[in-house]
Amino acid sequence: MSERVNVKKKTSAPAEASTVSSAKADAALPSLGPKEMLRWAWTQLTSMRTALFLLLLLAVAAVPGSLFPQRPANPSVVTQYIKDHPDYGKLLDTLQLYDVYSSVWFSAIYLLLFISLIGCVVPRAIAHYKAMRSQPPRTPKRLSRLPEYGTLIIPADAGIPASDAIRSAAGVLKKRGYRVEVRDDDGARPSLGAERGFMKEVGNLVFHTSLIGVLVSVAIGGLFGYSGQRILVEGDTFVNTLVGYDQFTPGTNFQSSQLQPYSVQLDKFDITFDRESQGKFGQPIDFSAAVTTKENPDAPAKKETLKVNDPITLGGTSIYLTGNGYAPVVTIRDGDGNVAMQGPVVAKLQGDNYYSSVVIKVPDAKPEQLGFQGFFLPTAFVTDQGVSFSGDPELFNPQLSLNSYYGDLGLDSGAPQNVFEIDVKDLTPLNARNLDAGGITLAPGSTYTLPDGKGSISFDGVKRYVGVDIHHNPGQLYALIFALLAVAGLILSLYVNRRRAWVRTGMHEDGRTMVEYGLLARGEDHRLAGEAAAVRKLLADEWNLDGGGQQGSGHQSQQTPSSLDDNGAGTPTPAGPAGPDKDQ
Amino acid sequence: MPFGINETMGQYSELFMLLAAGTYTVAFIAFAWDLAKSSKALHAIDLKAAQAGEPAKVPAAAGVGSRAASGVDGPADRAERPSSSASGPAAGGGVVTAGADMKYAAERRAPARVAVALTILGAVIHGAGVVTRALGAGRVPWGNMYEFLTTGAFVAIAVFLLVLIRRDLRFLGTFVVGLAIIMLVAASVAYWTPVGHLVPALQSYWLIIHVSIAVLSSALFTLTFAMSALQLVQSHRQKTVAAGGEDKLRFMRLVPSALSLENLSYRINAIAFIGWTFTLMFGAIWAEKAWGRFWGWDTKEVWTFVIWVVYAGYLHARATRGWTGTRAAWLSIVGYLCVVFNFTIVNQFFNGLHSYSGL
Ligand code: HEM
Repeated sequence: MSERVNVKKKTSAPAEASTVSSAKADAALPSLGPKEMLRWAWTQLTSMRTALFLLLLLAVAAVPGSLFPQRPANPSVVTQYIKDHPDYGKLLDTLQLYDVYSSVWFSAIYLLLFISLIGCVVPRAIAHYKAMRSQPPRTPKRLSRLPEYGTLIIPADAGIPASDAIRSAAGVLKKRGYRVEVRDDDGARPSLGAERGFMKEVGNLVFHTSLIGVLVSVAIGGLFGYSGQRILVEGDTFVNTLVGYDQFTPGTNFQSSQLQPYSVQLDKFDITFDRESQGKFGQPIDFSAAVTTKENPDAPAKKETLKVNDPITLGGTSIYLTGNGYAPVVTIRDGDGNVAMQGPVVAKLQGDNYYSSVVIKVPDAKPEQLGFQGFFLPTAFVTDQGVSFSGDPELFNPQLSLNSYYGDLGLDSGAPQNVFEIDVKDLTPLNARNLDAGGITLAPGSTYTLPDGKGSISFDGVKRYVGVDIHHNPGQLYALIFALLAVAGLILSLYVNRRRAWVRTGMHEDGRTMVEYGLLARGEDHRLAGEAAAVRKLLADEWNLDGGGQQGSGHQSQQTPSSLDDNGAGTPTPAGPAGPDKDQ
Repeated sequence: MPFGINETMGQYSELFMLLAAGTYTVAFIAFAWDLAKSSKALHAIDLKAAQAGEPAKVPAAAGVGSRAASGVDGPADRAERPSSSASGPAAGGGVVTAGADMKYAAERRAPARVAVALTILGAVIHGAGVVTRALGAGRVPWGNMYEFLTTGAFVAIAVFLLVLIRRDLRFLGTFVVGLAIIMLVAASVAYWTPVGHLVPALQSYWLIIHVSIAVLSSALFTLTFAMSALQLVQSHRQKTVAAGGEDKLRFMRLVPSALSLENLSYRINAIAFIGWTFTLMFGAIWAEKAWGRFWGWDTKEVWTFVIWVVYAGYLHARATRGWTGTRAAWLSIVGYLCVVFNFTIVNQFFNGLHSYSGL
């Protein structure tokens, strides 16, 4: 397979290699067979340019999801939006703009990106594995052409010959974390090649691979997870079975046997309101739900506190406090004088200070079914114009104000109905502000008798309710682990520097030992000069030379004061490539 | 339970913010004066050089000139890019007088010194404002838009001053200080909020971790935005001058070469990207704690993700032939515009779970 060739090239510079080979493929395009076409497409897909393009495309594609309402988050808002925009609402739907993140086009982009990622990471991992096991590159002929270059001179009386010098230099570099190979150490011009910073590429590979891990973990969560919602009035108990949920969203591979039948009872729900600051007076500042939990029906009961930002974990799920409100307790008697309904009614938040809407359906009322619709106000105020509002979130002056209806509620047809809405189209109004009987206004403890002997309604008291979300996501922990790995890899990749160093020694005729060294960075490295200085100092200390900082010459230095190439004319030059290949 | 509210502290805080904005304004003028004055001085040097019959517009630093002329910015030229050593301040007629390594040069720039001193003074007052705000509210001072802005401006200035210790980035002074003034003014005019408690959704130690890192990264992105914008101007200017055109923006000579700007902003962007990665992760962990799912494509999450991807694109661009230099700078700018958008428009006009802007 000639893919190998490609891989080898990537050893030196992955990004360039793929560009180079794709450029070659470009030129040969007309005569490609299907196999070559595929290979060409693959090379294109896994090129750095494509990765960049797909990344930017992903960023752009994510944006519309924040501009248009999204069905998974808010189905009813989407329906309303389509109604409100008859001109293009439907078109957006066809384009999947109400469900961007599971749309065909969004999925296509990130899947292509991840295929590209795999196609990029695998050959690079192989190439890097080989690079880590191969010897450091050969010593360039002219070290003085390296970006960092310097010389040291060991005086003759120190008695350190060239071969000893190179060995101790090797020791110094090894201690500094370089992988070192000594060459020709018994020759006239011994040298060493050293390399460090392999963790840079390892970090990069770990980073990219972990991104795949995160994606897979998210997919696992979608397959095997589930989530649901439940409203619990004080005193209510939730049992973790399918019927226990008000709403349930199973993952693709969900099985009901996954549900452990634990129970949660809401004992009491407390809210603290802000009574200090002017701007936020009356805002809730603390929610706290006292609950009693049981791992399973026979397990001992346990008291726990559920708060915002502080979920309870139970039976492999987490339970979150996501909403709350008031539930007025009512007793409704029907036309026959029997209690047709008795209990708390969940009032849905509508406005400031727990101004909430109330819908009561009484299908059991006889002879005629009854329905109520109106508002609950914890602290009722009425303006001069007769508009009522709630002046405070706490129960200082609770009030129920309702209209009533009788007739067929339509619940028997079997069509599912929203408990928070009532369709009064087919009902006959009994109480309303515009009727003779007027609306119903109730304070706790009071009872109102409906006109025409249709029954009565009593407002017995007020309880609180909470909304809880229950989630099970088996992919979550893995997503976290991979995300942490990704960050670790990222930091390595950005902060480890890959460097090469060479040292060459030789004896001067007068007995001094001449040492020259050069350093080269692979990729971005603004600390190479610092490294060169540090290496120089270490070498100088090793040989007890002073002035470790004097003779270093910077980048592209032209003068090579006592370089062997200049001084040692006549000495055979060691074999090696003609000058450093800076792209390596 | 949160600590009590202390309104007096809150009022002190507002006074401090006002004083800080005032001090910054003077610092801003000093920075602008520095640019103008140096521009004049440079012009004088040019004139002298011209009179002496020297060509005034020869690119001085070899690295700078050759790159500007060739315009090839592939990864291959990375090795050529001076990794460290200074191509020191150029003689009078150069395109760029500022050192490539952004180290302080020997010559004294009195107005710039005054400007930095004033900025430090402003920062101290500003810091007092942030601290008193925290004391007044009895919690970390980043719980609503007003506090994000005032604290964010402080962090931006602090980061700038910290970088100034090691690098001569005074050419960014007008920009950074100007931005801090805008942020402070916007905070008090458009987003003013009295000290208050946090809504329960924000009462979590994740607020401290997640938001502080977000603010810090944004401050770093602010610096790189300024540098990338200057880089674009500088690279255009270098090309013009290299092609023998007239140098219309003389004061840009105080600004390092496009390449040095690119390199430094890359390094800062790399740190900021790691910070943003943490922001994203910690946000996800917090979302899991608060709402039961670590990712739900909420508006704020979407934009945080978009920013992350754009800067990932930026880092890729730096390694892609033909995408370094100008194009990478544009990506860095686009990324920052997304940061600003995320902070302003998304916080205010999009309804999501993150509707806690305090408005
Ligand atoms: C999910 C999409 C991707 C993201 C979020 C991403 C992100 C990043 C980031 C943040 C970096 C800089 C830090 C580092 O070096 O580790 C980086 C570097 C790199 N990425 Fe990606 N990447 C993605 C996909 C890809 C793909 C598909 C390829 C292959 C074509 C690729 C190839 C590279 C290479 C070669 C580098 C090193 C660049 C250098 O030498 O500085 N990445 N990536």
